[in-house]
This record gives sequence, C-alpha cells and structure tokens, in this order.
Amino acid sequence: MLSQLGEGAKFLAGGQSLIPLMKLRFANPEYLVDLNFIPGTSFIKEESSVPHSGALRFGALHFGAMTRHAEIEHSALTKKIPILHDCAAGIADVQVRNRGTIGGSLAEADPSGDWATALITLDCTVHSLGPGGARTIQQKDFITDAYTTALAHDELVTEVEVRIPPEGSGGAYLAFKRSAPVYPSASAAVQLTLADDVCQDAAIALGCVGLTAIRATEAETVLRGKILNRNVNDKTIAAAAEAARAAADPQSDMRGSVEYKRQLVVALVKRAIQIAARRARGEQVEGAHLYA
Amino acid sequence: MLETAAVEKLAVSVSIKVNGKPHSRGVEPRMLLVEFLREACDLTGTHVGCDTTYCGACTVLMNGLAVKSCTMFAVQADGSEITTVEGLEKDGKLHPIQKAFGDSYGLQCGYCTPGLLLSTHQLLSRNPEPSEKEIRKAIAGNTCRCTGYMNIFKAIELAGRNMRRT
Repeated sequence: MLSQLGEGAKFLAGGQSLIPLMKLRFANPEYLVDLNFIPGTSFIKEESSVPHSGALRFGALHFGAMTRHAEIEHSALTKKIPILHDCAAGIADVQVRNRGTIGGSLAEADPSGDWATALITLDCTVHSLGPGGARTIQQKDFITDAYTTALAHDELVTEVEVRIPPEGSGGAYLAFKRSAPVYPSASAAVQLTLADDVCQDAAIALGCVGLTAIRATEAETVLRGKILNRNVNDKTIAAAAEAARAAADPQSDMRGSVEYKRQLVVALVKRAIQIAARRARGEQVEGAHLYA
Repeated sequence: MLETAAVEKLAVSVSIKVNGKPHSRGVEPRMLLVEFLREACDLTGTHVGCDTTYCGACTVLMNGLAVKSCTMFAVQADGSEITTVEGLEKDGKLHPIQKAFGDSYGLQCGYCTPGLLLSTHQLLSRNPEPSEKEIRKAIAGNTCRCTGYMNIFKAIELAGRNMRRT
C-alpha cells in the first residue's frame, strides 16, 4: 500500500514522535497509513532454548512491532531481560508509554530514542516486511544514521527478537532526563557476563550523544577479563567510564553542553556497570531512568 | 481554506463513545482527538496546554488507559471508549478523586486538573494503595505550574484511601 501511495506516505505507529514532528512541520507526510488497527501486531512471546549444532541455542523474547512500551514494562516475560524492563519503564511518561511502540521507536531512529541504545547491547534482530517479502536485519545494522534505518520506504518492522542472555549475564539501562516527558540528555546501556566474578563479556552503549547509539568498544575492552567482585574495583570501572567519555560524540544544545554530556556519560556508565554486575550475580536491583 | 463541500468530501466517519454516550461524526483525518472532544462533542473540560506531548493537560482515558489527546488523531479513537473529566461525576456527585483534590487543595488555577484527575484514575484503578514513588511515576507526565505537587500527592493518597473504604 505504501508503495502505491508513493514517497509522501508514512506509516503511523504509536504516533508519540511522529505527531509532534508533524505539528512542528518537521514531517509533512501526504498520507499516513495507521498500523493501529491491524490485529496480531502487538504481542510478547517466549521462544525456549533448544540444542543447536551441538550447543545450546538460547531462548528469545519476540516483541510484536506494535507492542506498547507500557505492555513491555508490565510483562512478566520482560523481567527475564532486566535491561529491557529498565528501558520500557523509563520512556517518557505513563501516557506516552500507553501509546508508543517498540517497532515505531526503532523505525523512527531518533538519536535520543531509548530502545536502540538498550537493544544494541543484546543479540537483537529486527524482522521486517515489504513488497519484496520478509527479511531480518541485525539491530546493530538497522539504524544507519539519525532518523535513518536500513528499511526501504515501503518496508515496516513486524517484530523485534531478543536472545535471552546466558546465565551469569546482567544488564542495566539508565538515562538522565530533566523531566519525565522529555528525551534524555544522555543514556547508557551495559550488559555484562560474569563467571566467578571475572568479566567474560561486556557490551556498553551510549545514547543521545551521537547521531545513533554508540558502542563504547574501548570501554568494553577495559572490563573484559577483569574481576568485578562485590567490592567492585573502582579503578577498573572508572577506567571504563573514562573510555566511554572518549567514545561519546555529543552536540551542545538546550539539554547541555558537550562537556556536561560527557560528564553525564561517565556517571551513567559507572552506575550502569555497578547495577549490571549485581544483576549478573543474581541480585534483584531496581534500576530506572533518572529524573532531574 | 477549503470550501465546506471539499471538507465534507475529505471527512472520515468515526464512532467514539465519550463518557458512555456514542458520538458519530464525519471528521477531517487530521483532526486531533482533543479537537474532536472540545469542538465536535462540546466537552471543553479537556484542556490543551503545550500541544507538544509534554504537559498532560489534555490527558483522557481511552479504554481505561491515560493518553494525551493532543497526540492522537480522532480517527485513531474510532470504536473506542473515551472518558473525559466530564465523565467522572455520577448523578451530580463528584467522583472520589475529584472530591479528594478539592478537600486537599490539590489545585490552584485548575488548568492541569482534568488531566491529573484522569492520570490518577488509571493509577488507582490498577493500584488502589500506591506508594509515594508510584504516585510520582504515575503523574510524571502531568505538569502543574501552581501547586508544587505536594497537595496533589496528598489528594491522590486521600482519594486512594476513600476509594478503598467504599
């Protein structure tokens, strides 16, 4: 349908970004194709782990593209991947979470969006559909630039698939917001895998401080192979946070100066590493966006 | 400006139940839900504050969930049930949430109040005994520039207590 309507047509999901952008005349679609009345596009399903070529293929959670942030926030299944709960529960406010969708948020690719930053630390695949049929795109390749995705104009997201991290893995997503309804000034997502307190694997992503979510790979290298025990080695965490500061590429705007945002990144990464490490050890930790 | 005939040609028919009463109208696809409520249904209790999805003054319930009616098109609410502030009062008696806001002085100018009442409604219908943190999270999308929120917290706690009692 979108190919028939031409380039001036756009899909409308939750509308919590697109409608404000239209009011500001930043978006001027000739046609909107509302996806809200299509049944079967909002769901959260678990796929169990199965043996696969001699190893165990981990289970996954599948989120329908039109699943609202609030549905993800309140789902018992989401608790299997705490970083997803952190993200869903902290997006904007109750009203926006009741309407906004995970698929819409990814497809919008706003540099300040929350989902892209949290999901890039996980093994995540975006399923899409277009006139040419269905295809899958690794989430790390999905957002290519600010407000730009790997989707063709007439393709849409159908599902977001997230592998459940292995035993001993824990994550946290934290964002700093001046107030609930606004986009964060900066955000950090951390997913760690520990074995006997030694960091086996680390994924660290920064949001709102670049045109897309940024993987802080040097910060990840700092953590790998290091002991992150209960008396967390502050020097290791501080070194990782400093590496994240260098990876951030923020713009100065009404949410803060470049220096301020880099400093926020350091604080958020430190805190997210600490929460992720505790969760990796099996502790229940409440973590959510910070409000100013 | 489009001629009336042209506007009618563009109209899409919607049926929305507002406060229990069905409203069927032909509307322009671009009409916002808040405009439908205020202009087509003449229910001006729902306010437009910021018109940018920030302030929450336009909050209404759609099928029991709080939404910002300035950030939805009326056509998107087709077939749904909307509750506005006018739908809270029953038989000339204020809803316990409204009464608690009055009793606790949970308002000054009153502009944000309709939205706060409906956000409170979603909170208390799911969680009759919210903690202070849960109250803060529930009304984080409603801006009040008069009260400093303290009396609003008191009002929501009082409303919860009174509703648990009945």
